[in-house]
Amino acid sequence: MVERLSRGPAAVSELAKPLAMSLSAVMQHLQVLETSGLVRTEKVGRVRTCQIEPVALQTAEHWINERRSLWERRFDQLGDYLAAQDDDPDSK
Amino acid sequence: MSKHSVTHATFSIDRVYPASPARVFRAFSDPTAKQRWFGTTEGWETKSYALDFRVGGRETCDSIPPGGGVVIAYDARYQDIVPNERIVLSYEMRMGETRMSVSLATMEFKQEAAGTRLIFTEQGAYLDGFDKVEGREEGSRAILETLAKEFEGELASV
Repeated sequence: MVERLSRGPAAVSELAKPLAMSLSAVMQHLQVLETSGLVRTEKVGRVRTCQIEPVALQTAEHWINERRSLWERRFDQLGDYLAAQDDDPDSK
Repeated sequence: MSKHSVTHATFSIDRVYPASPARVFRAFSDPTAKQRWFGTTEGWETKSYALDFRVGGRETCDSIPPGGGVVIAYDARYQDIVPNERIVLSYEMRMGETRMSVSLATMEFKQEAAGTRLIFTEQGAYLDGFDKVEGREEGSRAILETLAKEFEGELASV
């Protein structure tokens, strides 16, 4: 269900279709996701549409943390490289 | 969803290496040495790496993340070099044709009793990153799947 939503907004009936679940079970699922702030639902006429709440997933903080860990990994590797050099007197 | 946005952020990383500033600096200035620790990351495939270490010189690294697909490009220009003391460079990161960020990175090398303290500071302008489909799929799929499993467990026990 979440995977389907990650591709774009969908109606509840559309979400339920490929699943071996009753509509009410799907609604229950969605309620949990909505309470968690991951999913937003909106009712237009008789159709309830769901979509992923992008803010909850892709906050600036999350993205910048990824950049930070990229550099941390590089500096770990630098430490390994320098330590390996210690064992090899020719490369000093 | 496709609105343009920019987020500014600064972060720094502080490390101490049991080696002289000259040795640590050489790991940044020598292309062969730098590629050993910078241009390779486990699970990533490095397509190309080049370093022209001088003020105005360029450094590029193209790599493919685990799982393949898009090329992530690091493209830097050296702005200031003080041997054994300081390196300032500007760099951008691209995902395919999309520019994700433009940053200023400063590396300071300080001699200490234990060796060399490296202080890395990045000041970045992060562009549109949070709305991009690629970013969303790549960054959030794993989180989503984990969460979904948790919720399913929760529901099963209702």
